[in-house]
Amino acid sequence: MTVTSDARTPSSGPLTMALGIASLLALGVTVAIGISLPTTVEQGDYSRLIAIHPGLAWASYVAFGVAALSSAAWVWPRTRDIRWDLLAGASMEVAVVFTALTLITGSIWGRPTWGVWWTWDARLTLSALMLMLELGYLALRRVPGEPEATASRSAYAAMLSVVVVPINHFAVEWWRTLHQGRSLLQSNPQRELDGEFIGAMMLGFLAMTLIYCWLVSHRTRVARLELAEHEVLLAQALQERRAEEISV
Amino acid sequence: MNGYVGAGYGVTLVVLGAYAWWILRRGRSLTKKRSQQRPR
Repeated sequence: MTVTSDARTPSSGPLTMALGIASLLALGVTVAIGISLPTTVEQGDYSRLIAIHPGLAWASYVAFGVAALSSAAWVWPRTRDIRWDLLAGASMEVAVVFTALTLITGSIWGRPTWGVWWTWDARLTLSALMLMLELGYLALRRVPGEPEATASRSAYAAMLSVVVVPINHFAVEWWRTLHQGRSLLQSNPQRELDGEFIGAMMLGFLAMTLIYCWLVSHRTRVARLELAEHEVLLAQALQERRAEEISV
Repeated sequence: MNGYVGAGYGVTLVVLGAYAWWILRRGRSLTKKRSQQRPR
């Protein structure tokens, strides 16, 4: 198995450059709108975190989901290609970043509004579990072995653990939680949030999705380069070994 | 701006920026190594 031809093909072309610019613009506008939102009766200034925190959570779901789908594409014989595995690994690493930021921003939001940095409520606990599963997946990828064996092992881990994503999402409905319930998918979202807050939250979703796409495209390219380098070093080591045998 | 709100936005921007910078830097170093390995 070789990925040298893939490693020669850069992902940092005009499309990813445009994606990068769009991501930066979207993030800039999101931050600008977020910090200028009005104060609320319920939470004062802290409601301004609505522009980033839900978007980070959304992106972490997307990243985990893409990792699981790519893993399924690797496992299924008809679509088996190492590029799916590389995408799964890259997406899961990006998922770690977004999940960690979700927990951090959530904790920062929770301290002044709930009075605690952390509580073992269903949503928070499942988010922490999600982070542990993501880190466990990345640790599994580092276990030495043939790339195909590593890919298969990791793929099964991702496909099994992705179940935590929908459970986490519906946790606020299934259990009594401190965390706010859903604000958007209701018959009248404005009963929960005013229009400008909904708008800021949607913009945050867009910005984080664009940033996820940019990060994962570049991270996948780096993964292809790392695999190609591994193959080159392996070939060199085998060549040296053969040369030693011949000289003996 | 409230300290907690600033911390929330700040940590998000710093972490995303640092991760993006790390990816780009790693990509550049691997590409450079690869072009040095290829025979001329």
